[in-house]
Amino acid sequence: MDTKFALQGIDYLVMAVYFVFVLGIGWALRKYMKNASAFLEAGRSIPAWVAGLAFISTNLGALEVMGMTGSGLKYGMLTTHFYWIGAIPAMVFLALFMMRFYYGSKARSVPEYLKLRFNEKTRALNAFLFALMTVLASGISMYALAILLENVLGWNFNVSLLASAAIVLAYTYLGGLSSAIYNEVLQFFIIIIGLLPMAILVMVDVGGWGGMQASLGPIVEGKGFAPDAWTTTWKYTATAGANPMGVEWYGILAGLGFVLSFGYWCTNFLIVQRAMAAESMTAARKVPLIGAIPKMFIPFLIIIPGVAALVLLNDPLKGFALPVNDAGQPIYDYTIIMLLKQYLPAGVLGLGITALLASFMSGMAGNVSAFNTVWTYDIYQSYLRPATGDHDADENHYLKVGRITTVVGVLVSIAAAYIASKFGNIMDFLQTVFSMINAPLFAVIFLGMFWKRSTGNAAFTGLLVGFLIALLHHGLTMPAGADTLVKGGWLGVVHTYPVEMAQNFWTAIFAFSSAALLTVIISLLSKREKSDAELNGLVYSMTPKLDDSDVKWYQRPWFLAAIVGVIMIVLSILFW
Amino acid sequence: MLDIRFPIGLMFSIVGLIILIYGLATMGHDPMYARSLNVNINLISGIGTLAFGLLMLLFSDPVRKRRKKQ
Repeated sequence: MDTKFALQGIDYLVMAVYFVFVLGIGWALRKYMKNASAFLEAGRSIPAWVAGLAFISTNLGALEVMGMTGSGLKYGMLTTHFYWIGAIPAMVFLALFMMRFYYGSKARSVPEYLKLRFNEKTRALNAFLFALMTVLASGISMYALAILLENVLGWNFNVSLLASAAIVLAYTYLGGLSSAIYNEVLQFFIIIIGLLPMAILVMVDVGGWGGMQASLGPIVEGKGFAPDAWTTTWKYTATAGANPMGVEWYGILAGLGFVLSFGYWCTNFLIVQRAMAAESMTAARKVPLIGAIPKMFIPFLIIIPGVAALVLLNDPLKGFALPVNDAGQPIYDYTIIMLLKQYLPAGVLGLGITALLASFMSGMAGNVSAFNTVWTYDIYQSYLRPATGDHDADENHYLKVGRITTVVGVLVSIAAAYIASKFGNIMDFLQTVFSMINAPLFAVIFLGMFWKRSTGNAAFTGLLVGFLIALLHHGLTMPAGADTLVKGGWLGVVHTYPVEMAQNFWTAIFAFSSAALLTVIISLLSKREKSDAELNGLVYSMTPKLDDSDVKWYQRPWFLAAIVGVIMIVLSILFW
Repeated sequence: MLDIRFPIGLMFSIVGLIILIYGLATMGHDPMYARSLNVNINLISGIGTLAFGLLMLLFSDPVRKRRKKQ
């Protein structure tokens, strides 16, 4: 089938207005970039609501948006676990218990917190892996975007790759982290406004939620599931075989709800950096909670339309189809763009495509700004050129380095995008490997923050071995029906999982458990390296309790957290 | 520093206006709107986007300061 569609002048006009504003924000902020901390930390001056929206916008990259709509089609409403149980508890925990240490310790990055709490080598291990991961990740998503634009809009692959990279480079070079954060807020709103017409039209077309449920019944039964297996979240998770995701409820709770989500939301500097840029301690603690509120409603925009797409696929009268790959398999990631094509006429279509471009840019700018900070502070300043003590000269110097790093980071990402276009499998594998970094990191940071006894050597070993255990698990298991070693089993297959998702969950659970266990054992066997006084501001029990009595009750983090919790419980019950 | 509500408000006002005008100009072009279930989605989306943009502008610091002065 023909997947191509042409945009018209009006669509390009809308896109052009967006580009002008994105670059204009960078331009307007350039005069504030007087030193390294303004450029790399946004001068710790961002209002809570701005940082909160940027917090989830960074996560809402193009691969995320495309992947989630595709998963909606593939796994139905179970995909919402990634937005509810798989994000909200972790975000609340970060806000209430962890932010005060990240923010209050005056660490400028997550690796730097590891240095303050543990030691230099733990920081180094995390900083190098993180820096490598972020530039490669932005390369991979750049590749995915360029290939999508080529396949669907007929744009030249090289032109769209280089142009999108150039725009992100321009505004992050000019305005640093502030520019990335401010643009993420703009991008957040354009993602919502651009995708909303499609989300509403598709639901009207399938007859609303009730109509969709009725039409899905026979389709889903044909796949061997209960008729409402695609429109429920927890109902069929008693056994793995009864739901399309192939995971039991405890796998979802432990794998997604605990290890994967806490690993991602509480320790990934890409995300935490947004909260660390907040203007005050109270603001920093509110950032994840403010982000959590829109986060819970994003499934209505990108997952439920994917579920509805399954109805369209099975109704020949709708003329809806997905493009197929060389092996004849449908490309699920293209669901959202085929939905935009299906429902949007010229005008709003331009807005919809702009939304996809915006999601790409928010993801990539997030990577670039996090890479900058980690490279400049945790690698360059630590190993290549330590601070001289002359504060002003140092700030100037590191500002220059931060700027150069922005350019180099984008260039490396472009190179990674071209490597991905030649060896797609290697990049898939790298992405899998990088997903193994977070679970052990969470184990180590969690023990560091809440157990004063944990030591530097233990943390380093836990981090390293947890990562190796994750690799080992991936090498010894594979999902059923996998045809490449990229999916696992490259050391020989000891266990086969029904689906890839289950394998991912268990990889993370093994990595987390081994890292936690090892950190505890080695800590108990070794001497404490830091005194109680040195741990003040770094460890929960060694730090005075925060006093919120000067904050109005409805602005206190605990109150916001309660609202978030109630909304999540209501949504979970409604879509049980 | 920059109040982000101002550029956001300005951008969505402009984009909303463009789409609204395009929706008005294409009123009655039924084949074009067959795909959007016979609804002039440009008109609706244009109004909504413009309203959002104006609201953001109204609450942005530069506009509020000017209103206080008067």
